[in-house]
Amino acid sequence: MPDTAVAALAPDIAASNTSLRAYLHGLPGVDEVGARARAADLATRSIKTTAKRAAIDLAIRMVDLTTLEGADTPGKVRALCAKAALPDPQDRSVPRVAAVCVYPDLVATAVSALAGTGVGVASVATAFPSGRAPLDAKLSDTRRAVVDGATEIDMVIDRGAFLSGDYRKVYEEIIAVKDACGAAHLKVILETGELVTYDNVRRASWLAMHAGADFIKTSTGKVSPAATLPVTLVMLEAVRDFRAATGRQVGVKPAGGIRATKDAVRYLVLVNETAGPDWLDPVWFRLGASSLLNDLLMQRTKLTTGAYQGPDYYTLD
Amino acid sequence: MADQIFEYAPAPESRSVVSIDPSYELFIDGAFTPASGDERITTLNPADEEPLAEVAVATSADVDRAVAAARRAFDEVWGPMPGAERGKYLFRIARIIQERSRELAVLESLDNGKPIKETRDVDLPLAAAHFFYYAGWADKLPHAGLGPDPRPLGVAAQVIPWNFPLLMLAWKIAPALATGNTVVLKPAETTPLTALAFARICQEAELPPGVVNILTGAGATGRALVAHPGTDKVAFTGSTEVGREIARAVAGTGRRLTLELGGKGANIVFDDAAIDQAVEGIVTGIFFNQGHVCCAGSRLLVQESIADELLERLKARVERLRLGDPLDKNTDIGAINSAAQLARIRDLARAGAEEQAVGWSPACELPERGYWFPPTVFTGVSQAHRIAREEIFGPVLSVLTFRTPDEAIAKANNTPYGLSAGVWTEKGSRMLWAANRLRAGVIWSNTFNKFDPASPFGGYKESGYGREGGRHGLEAYVNA
Repeated sequence: MPDTAVAALAPDIAASNTSLRAYLHGLPGVDEVGARARAADLATRSIKTTAKRAAIDLAIRMVDLTTLEGADTPGKVRALCAKAALPDPQDRSVPRVAAVCVYPDLVATAVSALAGTGVGVASVATAFPSGRAPLDAKLSDTRRAVVDGATEIDMVIDRGAFLSGDYRKVYEEIIAVKDACGAAHLKVILETGELVTYDNVRRASWLAMHAGADFIKTSTGKVSPAATLPVTLVMLEAVRDFRAATGRQVGVKPAGGIRATKDAVRYLVLVNETAGPDWLDPVWFRLGASSLLNDLLMQRTKLTTGAYQGPDYYTLD
Repeated sequence: MADQIFEYAPAPESRSVVSIDPSYELFIDGAFTPASGDERITTLNPADEEPLAEVAVATSADVDRAVAAARRAFDEVWGPMPGAERGKYLFRIARIIQERSRELAVLESLDNGKPIKETRDVDLPLAAAHFFYYAGWADKLPHAGLGPDPRPLGVAAQVIPWNFPLLMLAWKIAPALATGNTVVLKPAETTPLTALAFARICQEAELPPGVVNILTGAGATGRALVAHPGTDKVAFTGSTEVGREIARAVAGTGRRLTLELGGKGANIVFDDAAIDQAVEGIVTGIFFNQGHVCCAGSRLLVQESIADELLERLKARVERLRLGDPLDKNTDIGAINSAAQLARIRDLARAGAEEQAVGWSPACELPERGYWFPPTVFTGVSQAHRIAREEIFGPVLSVLTFRTPDEAIAKANNTPYGLSAGVWTEKGSRMLWAANRLRAGVIWSNTFNKFDPASPFGGYKESGYGREGGRHGLEAYVNA
């Protein structure tokens, strides 16, 4: 069960950058060529018929339907919320998505639009996407979103601090944000496209998990590359090993660039064969996406009726 | 429940892409011709023991005919032909293999039992790549570092094994043809079908008659072929036992010989290895192609300080391997190639248990029909055990531990074989240090069982002599 133990680092490890560095650099390395080869191998799994049907429904239930644009308006967010609660008005058997993900100032709009639907409201916070703001600004950003009713907070780590070796700053900032979240679940965005190496991804994953992350998330979607299969593989290995070491289960969320059903199914195969079936649940795995949902709906209709419908039969929100 | 959410539904590759004749004759001098004897061999699908086809058994009279045809083709057409022209034929063959790769992959999986994922993603792309690679050499031989005007040897007798039937054919035929030799090739008795399909590809490519001859048959055919005085070169891939016999037959005749024989490859994992990728490499090393790989990493040497953790991860990973129908695209482990091989694997696994090694296999349902053996890991193995010394040629891993780098090298080299080794460490200096000391023809650095036509392959000691692949592979087929 979640949250039974925080699994914080021992105080003497967390006390200085030297000891944190020794701990994080003591984790086993990641061979990049090997990690890519494993991800590519799993991408050749062939998921057909009943398995595909189950995977599509599971993927829909795992979607964090996202809009993070400067041009977002209350109207746009309300439309997205309607879609989240009832993805396909022509087919009521389609499950609802996991959550809607918006900027903090639009949380209240989303909360009222989603009242009673069971769809969560996630808010990015902590000066998303760059994370370049003073800590008190990040914390007030977070608190405001929680007060407005966000059930999940997607924070970004300070990549500058991480890359400069100031692991302690990253660690303590996550602890502070987790504290500001209260009951809301905390997803920690590593922005793996800026961390670049898989060794860094593994270290940042463990740092975030020890600091209290409920989820580790690949990307903001504003940096290229966003989510990739090998990066997600490394993060799934991290949550698997972290649970084995501490007993605490942490979720994973790839985000950005996942547009096709085929991609979503590949992520599910990766989860199934890396972290294991325990993670095949929206409580433990999410897909941060926007255009993916319509492709999932289109493929679902194809499996049901045997024919593709044109894009005009799916709502654009 | 969560564990029922994602059962992969069957995803079989279609068998209808390939048509198999009920019966095949010998391919001699550009045409399929009946054997002089009446004996036939039935080749089975090892996954269900159903017969696939009957093939002729070549007698020594048939070997005479094939060698004569190859000699004529060498003297009159292929030997005198300019390299650039020979290259065109090889490029054509490579392209046809590529175009027909789906059909050939299914045929190979049916006849051999290996999973379609491997024939599709490994055997076929590599077989085509070999022909492309050596096609490129055909008109550049004076620049291969083998003297100003390397000359072909003449007629090559080639005998290949059943573990990578079409790929081994490519390893043998492509360099021989590129250098201007003609060939008589015998595929293994349990896997003749892709070689016969290749004979048709030679016809389709309009390769001059006699340049490639394919004789099916068993041990007697092979013996007649390698002993034939009309051949100038013998190339063999297979067991060390048969290799010795061939070496005796060829000794003193002046004919050239290359042997690619058995192995007992060490896969060495140091305590600073990238552990998740090392686990993948161990799995690839021993469970790729059901362990029917001469260069398999069948001995895992793991540093004692990380042995428990590594084995726990390895077992969790092996539990996820999917064993079953070779034509299912999600199958990781296919069928054992023959009843005889299955009996040998069982015998050695029994010996491991009797010698007090601890065997472990995942809970895994074996199909009722066909030849199957579950992936197996033996721990508590010492150098004295049979399963640490003898080649099992099956999905059976022997795990040994070491304390220091010197001990790792000593144990790795303490084998009559010397074909392959793998080293896993994140430390570059240790990698180079280990590679310099290992007596093996191929050493993989943080990977295992990776092949490329440009890379030479071959062994030390009882693993054979000569190199195949790359520029070095040309040397075996020319008089420099």
